[in-house]
Amino acid sequence: MIGKIAWKNTWFKPLNTFLSVVLLTASVSIISILMLLQKQFEEKFSASMDNIDLVLGAKGSPLQLVLSSVYQIDAPPGNIPYPEAELWMKNPMVESAVPLAYGDNYLGYKIVGTNDNYLSHFDLNIAEGIPFTKDFEVIVGAEIAANIGLKIGSTFFGTHGDSEEGEVHDHHAYTVVGILAPSGKVADQLILTNIASVWHMHDHSSHEEAETIHQEGEEKHLHEGKEITAVLLKLKNNMAKITWQRLVPQNTEMQAASPILEINRLFSLFGVGITAVKYLAFGIMLISGISIFVALYNTLKERKYEFALLRIGGASKLQLLWLVLFESIILCVSGFVFGIIFGRVGLYFLSVSAHQEFKMAFDPFEFLWKEEGLLFLATILVGVFAAVIPAWKAYSLNISKTLSDA
Amino acid sequence: MILTRDLIFSYGAQQNFSFPNMECADGQALLITGNSGTGKTTLLHLLGGLLKPQSGEILINHQDIHKLATSKLDEFRGKNIGMVLQKSFFIESLSVLDNVVLNAWLGNGERSKDKAMNLLEELGLHTHAHKLPSQLSIGQQQRVSIARALINNPSLILADEPTSSLDDDNALTVARLLKKLASDYNSSLVIVTHDQRLKSELNLQITLS
Repeated sequence: MIGKIAWKNTWFKPLNTFLSVVLLTASVSIISILMLLQKQFEEKFSASMDNIDLVLGAKGSPLQLVLSSVYQIDAPPGNIPYPEAELWMKNPMVESAVPLAYGDNYLGYKIVGTNDNYLSHFDLNIAEGIPFTKDFEVIVGAEIAANIGLKIGSTFFGTHGDSEEGEVHDHHAYTVVGILAPSGKVADQLILTNIASVWHMHDHSSHEEAETIHQEGEEKHLHEGKEITAVLLKLKNNMAKITWQRLVPQNTEMQAASPILEINRLFSLFGVGITAVKYLAFGIMLISGISIFVALYNTLKERKYEFALLRIGGASKLQLLWLVLFESIILCVSGFVFGIIFGRVGLYFLSVSAHQEFKMAFDPFEFLWKEEGLLFLATILVGVFAAVIPAWKAYSLNISKTLSDA
Repeated sequence: MILTRDLIFSYGAQQNFSFPNMECADGQALLITGNSGTGKTTLLHLLGGLLKPQSGEILINHQDIHKLATSKLDEFRGKNIGMVLQKSFFIESLSVLDNVVLNAWLGNGERSKDKAMNLLEELGLHTHAHKLPSQLSIGQQQRVSIARALINNPSLILADEPTSSLDDDNALTVARLLKKLASDYNSSLVIVTHDQRLKSELNLQITLS
């Protein structure tokens, strides 16, 4: 019955209720979006980073190298000569090395030239078909196969560069021979083939380009030797992981970047941003707490007769305390529920646009029981704090005086 | 029934009230009159257990109510005392019916909807049962508060100026209704008022001075 009164009261002042719930919804949804984003982001980044100690690539920004080679997000800083990279790949300290050669895309999905080491290195399974064995045979990631409907035996032409609108290489078609099982890693979004396919594809088209580059003379080796974009390395020796970062750039025109180091740097960079937005959201939550407090406190004056009436009817002091607390908690729980729902809806739309831009999707239906449980507790706590003073006033109401003043 | 003995109450050192002994048996009605400042409301609050006397006893059904702990007193009040106030207060967000049911629940933990409906019907309010209290006239509101006071068959009905905001017709109707219901329900009725119109209605009278 106390619950019923509390419930009816929240509907009796719809504007007050609306304001408080809207503020709470805003803060809860922002916080839950941030928590989900941060967690899923880090998960995706860490999952793809498995088994990669160092990335060998062209000199430039190490973060760019890591993003382009491990996550396929950024453009690569440049190419490296294959023979030189091979020296390092065959080093006895290397446990496993995966070369990557970029060049083309199909409908925005990158076509990556590599070797069959890629599958074992990332622990990937082929759901259907076989690995590529000949030139221009490809295996495609699970998500691509689902999204653009590629099947075993499908053929397609690659487009030069990494945007959909590039020049189409229409002299060689790729043939799908295998489809990867979904792994949650970047491979879901990649088309894999052998390195030779990428080279052959460009031998043809680079003839004209080569003419112009030829004039500069210096780039002679560019089409003499073959080039690749990067090499993912797993090392046996922990010392090498550190020393190679210095050794490689000292002795070659390449660099060796550590994904863990770079990604941690990146996380700590946008971690600051996330923390700032989180504080903002908690600020909104505080304001909603104040708004609940003001709403409860303001109605206290008119409601003290209601309280006196309840006491005359036989309600105990504790029941009045409950009533006020209950009303506040109703507001908080509805704010929380709406916040969680709106947070999911927001994340869904965010995921759609992130998927279009970065080929990165988020799962809006994941529940972080621990974090969101804590958020729920925090929301309830805000409600309790907002109600403490009004509830105490109701508890300690002097019935006789209230009625005499009426 | 209600019985008081040597009741003294003081608001600080300046204002002391000493009340005459009184007694009102089940089914009887007692009118307490007096000018402003003679402690009428104070007396009513003492009888209802809303104030604690400095000394003296108030026995309702042979229970000295001021010997009860606060929470026990709340419980006792809910079960045994029905109060009708000068101004009718309601839980504004609840319907008329729910306001009456609420008091049944507070008194004995039961949501006696049928009983509340019967009582409202008896008071000619059944068509208003699902309205909000604020949609009723003052006279109707006063009858709702009577229904609310009676819902638990209290042994004592306390009425504080129940008629002073009503016109002559309504005042007499309400007074007669209270008297009739008190005897129907076998409750003691104590009315505190300065309303001279009621003097002719009730035999048992005490004047405070």
